[in-house]
Amino acid sequence: MVSFAAEPIFNIGKFAVTNAFLDTLLVDGIIVGLIIAVRKNLKLIPGKFQTIIESIFSEFYLLTESVAGKNAAKIFPFFMTFFLFILIANWTGLIPGINAIGIKHEGEIVPFLRAATSDFNVTLGLALVSITATHVLSIKTVGILDYLSRYFSLNPINLFIGLLEIISEITKIISLSFRLFGNIFAGEIVLGTVSTLFAFVFPLPFLMLEVIVGLVQALVFAMLTMAFMAVLMTPHHSESKEVSH
Amino acid sequence: MEFSISGGLIVAIGGLTPALAIGLIGAKAMEAIGRNPEASGKILPAMLLGMAFAEAIAIYSLILAFIK
Repeated sequence: MVSFAAEPIFNIGKFAVTNAFLDTLLVDGIIVGLIIAVRKNLKLIPGKFQTIIESIFSEFYLLTESVAGKNAAKIFPFFMTFFLFILIANWTGLIPGINAIGIKHEGEIVPFLRAATSDFNVTLGLALVSITATHVLSIKTVGILDYLSRYFSLNPINLFIGLLEIISEITKIISLSFRLFGNIFAGEIVLGTVSTLFAFVFPLPFLMLEVIVGLVQALVFAMLTMAFMAVLMTPHHSESKEVSH
Repeated sequence: MEFSISGGLIVAIGGLTPALAIGLIGAKAMEAIGRNPEASGKILPAMLLGMAFAEAIAIYSLILAFIK
């Protein structure tokens, strides 16, 4: 059974290297490897591999443009990075044997790797990066005065709305991190439980479900980041469309 | 023998409304596809996104049930 907290594998000084941390390194390695593989063989007339990557990126860029309009070029890098990282991190937990190969510690097996997003520290970090980037981009695009006017005002009613906005910024972090963590962690536990009931064929539909959940949650996290950025990057006083969350 | 039902209760109560919500989302999406079958490609991703948001609330209670 997967434990709630990530287990440390070894220590470097006082810094405990956990299995979730090792998995983030693996995910980084996969992404960097993919990038190098694409960059090396860039051609004007693309091959099969380049066509697949290009069509994925252009499809997602069109999606970003349909939500964010003229700010799409600034938002797209964040959107795509979050999407790729979370997608691959979710799917590494489904590689056969990844939760079974490890060192034996007090009768329990401590796996070398676990899905990075099934550790709450990772998802909280991702959510914090997402919200910080949103606010930095907002200040850079609309200017500090317009940014502050969203939260502070001399009008008492708007001041109260600004207070609610500040609270909603905090709940954004909580909902983003807990949604991702909960889905992936619950998935791991469900897979563990189902495999102990009957180990063959029976877990297959659940594995299929987890593949879809991994994709959908990566998309949800990235799309929400995109929506928050799009909302905060439109000037406060000329807000035409509101994206709900 | 000691046994506890709090975990089951948390999921049962916490899963009530998300289950309703997912049912409603699915029903409305089916209705929309029935009216306009060509739009199913546009309706499906939006439906899955909406379901993911509703499901997240059930997941919160699932976490609570695990760590209680």
